[in-house]
Amino acid sequence: MASTEPELRETPLHALHVELGAKMVPFAGYDMPVQYPSGILKEHLHTRAGAGLFDVSHMGQAFLSADDPARALESVTAADVSGLKEGMQRYGLLLNERGTIKDDFMFSRLAGERDLYVVVNAGTKDGDFGYIAEKLRGAAMLTPRPDRALLALQGPKAGAVLERHAPGIDQLTFMKVVRTTVAGAPAIVSRSGYTGEDGFEISLEGTDAERVARVLIGEPEVLPIGLGARDSLRLEAGLCLYGHDIDEATDPVEADLVWSIGKRRKMEKDFPGAEKIMDRVFNGTARKRIGIRPEGRAPAREGTEIASKDGRIIGRVTSGGFGPSLNAPIAMGYVETAFATDGTEIDLIVRGKALPARIAPMPFVPHRYKRASTLHT
Amino acid sequence: MSDVRYTNQHEWVRIDGDEATIGITRYAAEQLGDVVFVEVPEPGRSLGAGGEAAVVESVKAASEVYAPITGEVTASNAALADDPAKVNADPEGDGWFFKLKIANRDELAKLMTGDQYAEFVKGL
Repeated sequence: MASTEPELRETPLHALHVELGAKMVPFAGYDMPVQYPSGILKEHLHTRAGAGLFDVSHMGQAFLSADDPARALESVTAADVSGLKEGMQRYGLLLNERGTIKDDFMFSRLAGERDLYVVVNAGTKDGDFGYIAEKLRGAAMLTPRPDRALLALQGPKAGAVLERHAPGIDQLTFMKVVRTTVAGAPAIVSRSGYTGEDGFEISLEGTDAERVARVLIGEPEVLPIGLGARDSLRLEAGLCLYGHDIDEATDPVEADLVWSIGKRRKMEKDFPGAEKIMDRVFNGTARKRIGIRPEGRAPAREGTEIASKDGRIIGRVTSGGFGPSLNAPIAMGYVETAFATDGTEIDLIVRGKALPARIAPMPFVPHRYKRASTLHT
Repeated sequence: MSDVRYTNQHEWVRIDGDEATIGITRYAAEQLGDVVFVEVPEPGRSLGAGGEAAVVESVKAASEVYAPITGEVTASNAALADDPAKVNADPEGDGWFFKLKIANRDELAKLMTGDQYAEFVKGL
């Protein structure tokens, strides 16, 4: 049986994960650590209290070259790429002509460089890169960089830890990005992440990754964190997981991601599916992405039906589980717009039983990003 | 001394006279990871061998616990509702799930001994 399964890819940190005692699972075609011996609960809570190191090298890194790469990228996303200042990173949605979400991704304009640096999701990267290359044929060239590794150092102690190995890096504020060195290795470092905490994403040459990772986990504040805690952290932070909370059957309006569409882009309506999306911006959508707090202790998993108090099915959970920082179950999903107001009482149908819950604001745990506006200068 | 038997679904069954105490094995608890929710059957409920009896959930996933043998539930471990971590801390002791009045002693013969279960786990 094993011989018929496609071979799993490995990141440059694979041997280190195994050495650290990680439980390895297949994820997006890679053999990845779901947890280390300390376990998901401890890893999650440690990331909110200290600092956690994540291997996210499975994600798709690429550079986009063109005379005007920002203008080229705008033909596949509704984000304002041209308006992105040097040294800044931004979140965008990769859209198709139907106006639904092909992926979500980050893009950066590095100081003094013409090429844009982009990071897309692991499970969609081959499709994304093919789609971008085809849509931008003749206008830009996309160069995937599977040789690069990507680490995330997340948590309230991340700034102090990284400062020791990249002096000056703690001055960077949320969504800023620089080329620097980390423990002597050339790196692209952004102050961003997927946990709701302050932190960094560190792109390295694959050959430097293990050495740098060992340096970082050697710091007393840092524990290695697996994909299990990465998922519970992002869910508490109210962040979407592509393929679950957003996909090609959801549009940016019902997904509550209209904030990622640039103001100028809304006016010019020059992105894929623009007519459909702008019609929904003005006329509303039948359903809306919302947060859910169950009243009891039972988690409601992905796929759980959501019912109104009179027993009608009004939606479905798209991500659900346990929030370790809240010590309570949490979920994200879609409901008919009439039920999408915070505080609305609903039922979750778990193992045939209607369990009471309420629509709740997200994030479930407040974001603690190091925003420029909160800094003293 | 009480006799402890095991199932290939990773439940343990401790037999004391007419009563059986049931929980999940240390191997199962380790595979699940941190347990965050347990639902045990109400006393008085009749369970058939192989039927769904309880639910155990970790941060990652939900799993069913099946009744290893037929019988009526005589007690359930209500403490797990407030402290599901007991299942990880002491799976084959304080982390017990429920007790049954054994209905058919013949079913016990189908369960594995400790040695057989250890062999079974080694083969996984």
